[in-house]
Amino acid sequence: MEQFTINLLFVGASFALYIGIAVWARAGSTSEFYAAGRGVHPVTNGMATAADWMSAASFISMAGLIAFVGYDNSTFLMGWTGGYVLLALLLAPYLRKFGKFTVSEFIGDRFYSPTARMVAVVCLIVASVTYVIGQMTGVGVAFGRFLEISNTAGLLIGACVVFAYAVFGGMKGVTYTQVAQYCVLIMAYTIPAVFISLQLTGTPIPALGLFSTVESGGADSSVYLLTKLDQIVTDLGFASYTEAHKDNLNMVLFTLSLMIGTAGLPHVIMRFFTVPRVSDARWSAGWTLVFIALLYLTAPAVGAMARLNITELMWPNGAQGDAVSVETIETAPEYDWMLTWQKTGLLDWEDKNGDGRIQYYNDANEEMAATAAANGWEGNELTNFNRDILVLANPEIANLPGWVIGLVAAGGLAAALSTAAGLLLAISSAVSHDLLKGQLTPDMSEKAELMSARIAMAAAILVATYLGLNPPGFAAQTVALAFGLAAASIFPALMMGIFSKRVNNVGAVCGMLSGLIFTLLYIFLHKGWFFVAGTNSFPDTVDGSLFGIQSTAIGAVGALINFGVAYAVSLSTADTPQEIKDLVESVRTPAGAGAAVDH
Amino acid sequence: MAEQTTNRGAGRPAKAAEDGAGYWKANIRIITISLIIWAIVSYGFGILLRPLLSGIEIGGTDLGFWFAQQGSILVFLALIFFYAWRMNKLDREYGVEED
Repeated sequence: MEQFTINLLFVGASFALYIGIAVWARAGSTSEFYAAGRGVHPVTNGMATAADWMSAASFISMAGLIAFVGYDNSTFLMGWTGGYVLLALLLAPYLRKFGKFTVSEFIGDRFYSPTARMVAVVCLIVASVTYVIGQMTGVGVAFGRFLEISNTAGLLIGACVVFAYAVFGGMKGVTYTQVAQYCVLIMAYTIPAVFISLQLTGTPIPALGLFSTVESGGADSSVYLLTKLDQIVTDLGFASYTEAHKDNLNMVLFTLSLMIGTAGLPHVIMRFFTVPRVSDARWSAGWTLVFIALLYLTAPAVGAMARLNITELMWPNGAQGDAVSVETIETAPEYDWMLTWQKTGLLDWEDKNGDGRIQYYNDANEEMAATAAANGWEGNELTNFNRDILVLANPEIANLPGWVIGLVAAGGLAAALSTAAGLLLAISSAVSHDLLKGQLTPDMSEKAELMSARIAMAAAILVATYLGLNPPGFAAQTVALAFGLAAASIFPALMMGIFSKRVNNVGAVCGMLSGLIFTLLYIFLHKGWFFVAGTNSFPDTVDGSLFGIQSTAIGAVGALINFGVAYAVSLSTADTPQEIKDLVESVRTPAGAGAAVDH
Repeated sequence: MAEQTTNRGAGRPAKAAEDGAGYWKANIRIITISLIIWAIVSYGFGILLRPLLSGIEIGGTDLGFWFAQQGSILVFLALIFFYAWRMNKLDREYGVEED
């Protein structure tokens, strides 16, 4: 069977499954549409949250991010998992106890201020819309690559599938589809990783394989995979894999920004509204991290192993021997994948010095100049090496059967679609529940609200599809923006709402706005106003930046400013009313509602 | 108020106000300890204290690298499950669990 047919079968079967779930899990009430009727088992919710959270970026790009930088990018691993500790300890159980449908609703009620609710809605919509653009383009790219149709057609098919289960099923449909999508994506990620780990280290668990030994060529002694990788990349002039090259301040602040941002992302928080009880919300956060960790513990292994594999393919006789010849690449079966991926434009090479071999090394490293001159190298000849290839081409590099490639295609689509659906749900519930029901037409009936939620969802899908087809120039920058906004505005407001009885309406609004404005300003000053290239006042590098803090790491500082301003303003204005103190008290205890009524 | 609260609840003569404060204080203590561990394994062992751990070798690199790429995630997992277990126990001790 041809690879194209296999891919089509896998993707088609997974889509049929999602649509089947959509028909089965239709939402009949607003409670089902916003919170899946609060009947989702904590393990089920954990799985759905994991799929909701792990986007196309986690699935496709993260292993590459780590592979090409090494230790320094451990910040992504810690940052995107450590946020769940904050979520589990500081937010999820209390927000579940509060028992409403949206994140902004808690902010509005706790700070007895429609203004606070609207600020939260704006942050939520901006963060979610910027995030969803990347997911929609990801769907198009995955389709285009595996099914040989245009990105546009792929994106439209993806949008129709999301439409089917999100508009009719709401949170209920999205939850059960995400469970299926998690199963598809985790199989697609781990199966190739297990094979590669077995081939390289003989260990079936990639996470353990990363710290195991590999057979070194010729000699009977074996060396550790990481030692070998460090050796070959430094020989070629690249930075060592396991050493630190970034300053501590930026590593800490960047990790902290990712953690706080993760805990403040509305589409993740709202998943914890779907479990039946407060104690379930606590367990569910743990299960979420179990399911995320399965991928996140595998990713650094995939990254290191793939980098070693590819480097050795380019230097089959070691860094001191001869590089691979152009003829070998074009004829030897183990290099077939390079020809396949050259067509996609993600990989390319050019024999610059005309010696019939492809030298892959770091030509930006001045220390390599002497070596290059001595050997007659005229620059790095692996001219294009996109980091996404590491995951996407993994099955081909490791020579795995065709069905594994089909599975990876379905997995990449599952990761992008599940995150897109979660974000669209956050947007549509903010529009229908916070804007329409909460602000414009408060006396709307439940039936009308359900209908408006569906219409808002359909509209959100149309907007996201349009933006996916015509991505604004800054699409690649927006992840920093989404995390910065969530970290600087939403997380501190939620945390203070639960852990302080003293922070009042004025304090919360001032805090959110100052955190938000500071973070936006700092990002714009370094990345350009509204991401227009050339309008930045400071270079977007660590050394050139305003406070020596890179713009992607500024969310944590924005959060601190939010906390500080909110407390300072609250202490100099009127105390919170008694009913708000009671509300905070009831949110803090799982059974508080009963006790409060008794008094 | 004392009479009111003694009549209800799962056989516990709860002094609601003090108990409520005690419950929250105990919760804050558990959260603080957990977050200290959370910070030590990630920002500490994974980043700032890594030079101190450089003598401890593990699989071709040092312990700090392991904490940054895997160890911190495993500790995060343990922390969340510990917190869920401990809080559910605390809920019962103070009689504030759901139904």
